[in-house]
Parts: sequence; structure tokens; C-alpha cells
Amino acid sequence: MSQQALVAPRRSMTQWLDSDAPASRRQAMLGTLYRGLGAVLANPSSLIGSIIIGSLFLVAIFAGPIAGNASPVTQEWDIRLTPPGPAHWFGTDDLGRDIFARTVFGARVTLGIVMLVSIVVAPIGLGVGMLAGYLGGWVDAVLMRITDVFLAFPRLVLALAFAAALGPGIMNAVIAISLTAWPPYARLARAETIAIARSDFVAAVVMQGASTPRILLKHIMPLCLSSVIVRLTLDMAGVILTAAGLGFLGVGAQPGTPEWGAMVSGGRDLIYDQWWVATIPGIAIFVVSLGFNLIGDGLRDIVDPKSA
Amino acid sequence: MRDAPDRPRASALIARLASFVLSLLLTFIGLTAVTFVIGRFMAVDPVLAKVGDRASQATYDAVRIEMGLDRPVYEQYLHYLQKVFTGDFGTSVITSHPIIQDLLHFFPATFELATIATVLGLLIGVPAGVAAAAFKGRWPDHVVGVVGLFGYSMPVFWLGLVGLFVFYGQLGWVGGPGRLDIVYDDVVTTRTGVLLIDSAIEGQWEIFRNAFSHLILPAVLLGYFSLAYIARMTRSFMIEQLSQEYVTAARIKGLSFWGAVWRHAFPNIMVPLITVIGLSYASLLEGAVLTETVFAWPGLGLYITRSLFNADMNAVLGGTLVVGAVFIGVNQLCDFLYKVFDPRLRTA
Repeated sequence: MSQQALVAPRRSMTQWLDSDAPASRRQAMLGTLYRGLGAVLANPSSLIGSIIIGSLFLVAIFAGPIAGNASPVTQEWDIRLTPPGPAHWFGTDDLGRDIFARTVFGARVTLGIVMLVSIVVAPIGLGVGMLAGYLGGWVDAVLMRITDVFLAFPRLVLALAFAAALGPGIMNAVIAISLTAWPPYARLARAETIAIARSDFVAAVVMQGASTPRILLKHIMPLCLSSVIVRLTLDMAGVILTAAGLGFLGVGAQPGTPEWGAMVSGGRDLIYDQWWVATIPGIAIFVVSLGFNLIGDGLRDIVDPKSA
Repeated sequence: MRDAPDRPRASALIARLASFVLSLLLTFIGLTAVTFVIGRFMAVDPVLAKVGDRASQATYDAVRIEMGLDRPVYEQYLHYLQKVFTGDFGTSVITSHPIIQDLLHFFPATFELATIATVLGLLIGVPAGVAAAAFKGRWPDHVVGVVGLFGYSMPVFWLGLVGLFVFYGQLGWVGGPGRLDIVYDDVVTTRTGVLLIDSAIEGQWEIFRNAFSHLILPAVLLGYFSLAYIARMTRSFMIEQLSQEYVTAARIKGLSFWGAVWRHAFPNIMVPLITVIGLSYASLLEGAVLTETVFAWPGLGLYITRSLFNADMNAVLGGTLVVGAVFIGVNQLCDFLYKVFDPRLRTA
């Protein structure tokens, strides 16, 4: 094997990815990604987490085929409150809907919320944090004061107040969660920006006459991005629990939408006699947030080995 | 001579106290700005909410002027701020009491729940965290890790329902939702609002037992979430301390391992633990919103969610403001205590 490698030094895909001296920016980026992925998969807890979240994605994508001929919304009154069994694996709810199908389709709702919150939160946090960190002075003071005020509210209570004002609905729940979730990202981006802004390469771009927006977007943001993404992963479980909590309280998803929190809420009064209606969607919430927490634990080990 | 080092310490303390009060005040004003903006700009038209959608244009305009909504925004905000500082949050639509009165009525139930939960979390979480650190990488560490991980991942409302199903529905070990069985309602006069104290004062031990059987399940539940957090933080503080050289030195001098842990390392983690306990206490207020809904526990959380469904925006915002104020109050107090108790920060 090694003999052959000596005779014919062929560069395999993995060698190209793992190269110490990347020849192009693309190779460097893909190489970093490859090594990061390797580290994540080598860590047992993040490996299990990745399997859970990977399955979640698969379930969300193939929800239709997995649920088979059961529909998440069709009501069949003659089979109301059937216990779990061969015909309905997770039983049926009080309107005769198949809980297995609803749980499977709920994966789409949950993933949708998680992705939307990430898309909204990251730019807000980055924008506020980079401006505060780069401009400093009174801009920094004002923006950080506002950030502190938002941090001062308990998240769920503030999200509840926002959701109450905006009205029910998943989109409004996403907005409410995002409005309460951005402050830690602003702080993180600010700290990173302050450190990066001191470096020589930024001084060099400033002397070349680059405008402030260009420096922020082209030179500082790419370097802040990785820590923001790590932090997003760490926060995902919290976002899922908050969204489910809002759904449970009835301010998130509308009745009928197969959202796990709302499904638990729907089975609340049936808990003593038909335990499966509330219990099963709750297990789904637990497993998914456990998956994200496991990935987060692994990431923390990789990013900051000291705290392990 | 003994006064000399004390005087700068006292004045430093006063300066710190002043800056503490100032930052508390600033944050509180910020909180009111957020609730003002939510109430004024995001909610349904407050005039419409009051007059209903069948009112004539003339009535609408009259009410609009009466509510002061025709004046500039900053004037409205100052007016709002003035009302908030005098404890006037308006009147609740559901209870038709002033909101501040409602909040004072509902607060003790939340206080009772959160306090007992924190005490439980503390009594189990701190020793568990210390054990996990002392046996790092062995089974006690793994057990604490898994218990903590589950605590971080479980939806509190779901665990509450499962708990009710098992311990109330199936086993009948605990009281069901609510603070008391209906027969005992209004027997005890309200003194502190904390039922365990009120019934003990009057010597109504039957009611005390009943109140306790209702309290125990939600308290243990919230205590579990607080335990998960406290144990995790205790563990990481302790690991850091145990790797310090003074611990090794004490061991070389012949001190037993546990002696080093409790006598030398533990006092050093007590100060950062204050902050953790405060944060956990404050976050229980948040968990209380969901727990109180599940257990029909008549506290602030239930008040906020009930008001929400009756479109009682003033009550929602009043409750949010009070919870926010308690939250920052506890956090800032911990920050302050941290600085007072840490000798290294005293002579700054």
C-alpha cells in the first residue's frame, strides 16, 4: 500500500482537502470545512447529535412517503382517540387525526422555525455588534445599552409579549423569538470586531482607502461569521423549546397546524385518560432538542477544549 | 489605625452602590421603553380595543384624545413612565382590579414556587456538581452529565403533564393542579400570600399538608431544571479550582482529597456560585410561565397568559414589566454581592 503510494504519488481527494498549503481560496475553505466536519464526527456526543438532526432533516424532506397514506390534517371521527396500535402507530387525537403523520409533518414546522430564526437573528446580531464594535464611541454606548435592555428580559416572557402584540401565527412566533434572541449575537460580534479591527490587515485596507461598509462586510464579517454560526448551533435547542412553549401557550402555531408544542397543548386535558395525545409530540420535541444539545456539547469540546 | 484601611473600602462600597442603583434605573427605564413600544405601536389600535369597532368616528376621536394618543410620542412616553413609577399600570379587563393590585396578589404564588425550586436545585445541584468534578470522567460525572443534558433538552410543560399523569393520575401521590383542594379555598386568611407560611401561622396543619401536596410536584419539576444548570456550573468551577496549584500543595502537605475539595477549593467557588444561583432563580420566573399554565398555579405566569387570551394588553405589559424588573433586580443584586464578597475586588 505504502509502496504503491511511493511509486505513484497520486493526490487523492482527502489529501487535497487536508493539504497544509492550499493553492486556492476554495481549497482552503473546503479544507477547513473538511477538518471541522471530521472533528465533529470524531466526537461521540456530536456524532449522536448529528445522526439525530440528520434524521430530522430526512423525516422533514420525506414526510409524505414516511407518513404513508395517513394525512396530518384529515379528521376521521369514527376513529377518535384510538390508542397506539398497528393501524395508527402513535394513536389518534380527539379529532381522529393520525398522530404519527402529524408528528412526522411537525418536523417540517420545527425545522422551518429553526431556520427562519437563524436567518433573521444572525444578520441583526452581526449588524448591531459590528457597528458597535467598529465605530465605538456613542454608537457603541447606545447600541450596547439597547442590547442590555433586551438581555434583561426573561426571553420567553418577552417573546410572549411580542407574540401577543403581533397576533398568533408561526411567522409572528418566529419574529417574536428573533426579537428576543439577537442580543447575545450582538455582544459576540462586537467582541470579535473589536479584536479584528485592531489587526494589521484592517489597518492596511483602511490605508488603501476602503469605505467603512466595505471593511465591515468584506473583511470583518467573514471572520465573525464562524463564531456566530457556532453560537447559533448552541442556541438551537433553546429556540426549539421556546417555539414549542409558545405553541403550547397557543400564541405560536394556529390550531390544526401540526406543530409539536400545539399538539401537546391539544392533548393537555386528555392526559389522564388518553396519555399518548400529549406525550408523543413532547418526546419529539425532547429528542430534537437533545440532538442539538449533543452537537452543541461536542462543538464546545472542539472549540474550547479547556471547558470540557 | 484600624480605621485607615476601612475608610476607602466604605467609600468604594458607596460608589459601587450608587453605580449599581444608577444602572438598575437605566435598565428599568429601558424596559419601560420596550413595553411602551410594544403597547403603542405593535398591538391592535388601543382606541379600537377600548371603543369596539362599531363606535362612531366622533366617539373614536374623543376617546383617542382622552387617552392622550393625539399628543407627540415622547410626551406619551413620559406620561407612561410617570404612571409606571407611581405603580399605575391601568385596570385589568378580566378582573376589573387595578393591575398593580392583581400583580401583588399573584406574585406570592410564583415566589413560593420559585424559592422552593431553587432551594431544591441548590441542595442537590451543588453536591452533584462537586462530585462530578471530583470524579471527572468516571460514572458520577457521566450521571450528572446525562441528568443535566436531559434537563436542558426537555420541554418543561411536557414534563409537567407527564408528571401529573404519573404521580397524580396513576399513583395519586400528590395533589392535582391548583394550590389547594377546592374545599380548603379561602379558609386561611391571606397574610403573606405564601400558603405554607399562612397556614402554619394559623396552625392549620391539614391545609399546610394539602398545600404542600399541591406544591411538591411543580416545585420538584422546576427544581430539576435549576439543578441541571447549577450542577453543570458547579462542576466546571470546581474542575478549574481543582487544577490549581494550591490544591496540589495542600495535598502534598498531607491533606486528604476531600479535605482539599471542601476546605480549600469549595470556598473559592462560592462567590461565582452566587451569580449562578441568581441567574437560575431569575430563569425560574420564565419556567414558571409554562409550569403555572400546566398546573393551573395562580401566579404571575398564569396571570400573564390568561390576560393574553383576553386581549388584556395592559395586564400583559404590566406583568412583563414586573417580571423583567425582578429579573434585572436579582441579576444586578448578584453582580453586586459578587463584588462585595470577592476580596480581590474590594480594594479596587
